[in-house]
Amino acid sequence: MSADERSWPLWEVFTQAKDGAPHEHAGSVHATDAEHALQNARDVYARRNEGISLWVVPSTAITASTPEDMGPFFDPANDKAYRHPQFYTVPRGVKVF
Amino acid sequence: MPNRALFSALLRLGDDRLVLGHRTSEWCGHGPVLEEDIALTNMALDLVGQATLLLQYAGEVEGAGRDQDALAYFRDALEYRNALLCELPKGDFGVTIVRQFLYGVYSVLQWEALSASTDTTVAGIAAKALKESKYHVRHAGEWVIRLGDGTDESHRRAQAAVDLLWPYSGELFMQPADEAALVASGVTADVSVFEAPWTAQVQAVLTRATLAAPDVAWMQRGGRSGAHTEHLGHMLAEMQIVARSHPGAKW
Repeated sequence: MSADERSWPLWEVFTQAKDGAPHEHAGSVHATDAEHALQNARDVYARRNEGISLWVVPSTAITASTPEDMGPFFDPANDKAYRHPQFYTVPRGVKVF
Repeated sequence: MPNRALFSALLRLGDDRLVLGHRTSEWCGHGPVLEEDIALTNMALDLVGQATLLLQYAGEVEGAGRDQDALAYFRDALEYRNALLCELPKGDFGVTIVRQFLYGVYSVLQWEALSASTDTTVAGIAAKALKESKYHVRHAGEWVIRLGDGTDESHRRAQAAVDLLWPYSGELFMQPADEAALVASGVTADVSVFEAPWTAQVQAVLTRATLAAPDVAWMQRGGRSGAHTEHLGHMLAEMQIVARSHPGAKW
């Protein structure tokens, strides 16, 4: 058996800090199944009050951009400052986040 | 007025968690995988934390100036009141997990009952501990199924663990005679009533895990009266050595 066959599948862990906040990537754990992954995520990433909700996702389910994508994906945004919202004035009475 | 019966009852509750917590902590740095190492260490800390609260209260009830550290580090095996199940060596991962499960189910039943204690300190400790113990059962229960219904080797080891530990389960449900007044006044709970729900819950998981409880004619006993296995003395020697070598040391 190769080391890969002996080791458990990898899961990505996302934690939510508080209600309404997005789930953010916290790290990854090895686990045999989804419930196992959830428990391992709880023990590794949620034992210091980090969150109120956990997601675990099989790492193989994630499609990621590659370093070669960097040019065509991200460079075109460099010179398009008008896409940022700072040119708008925020009306009085609107809560600033 | 010191309440000897309540002091004894608190020692039984606290010593179970302290001894099992210490046994679980022996996995720290030795877990089969990183995630499980952290999980077991978390649970060890939960148990030691529960024991701290219980022994602290025991010391107050006793009124002899002993705090939780004095009770943990300066009593000998004869004075410990934990069930024998808790003091057995940690064994392999199968033994540790099966024990964590058997004791966890019992502990949840006990905390649920004690959450309604007429003693507000006991009720407060129970309410906090209940959440922790529920997680211990969830964690260990999943593992029992995974090991029992896993490979030939994991099944063999899990079944061996059940066979080894089962004769020590009966002591958990032996209600001490000196607790009758406390039970009557709703301070503590009669542990003998937990046996039926415990058996049902444990059997359900064992069945899913393709494991079987052995037929046992006689249950081991003795821990509640201080008659321990040879293992507790060795464990306490290691657990107490620093506190006894440097009494009163602070860090």
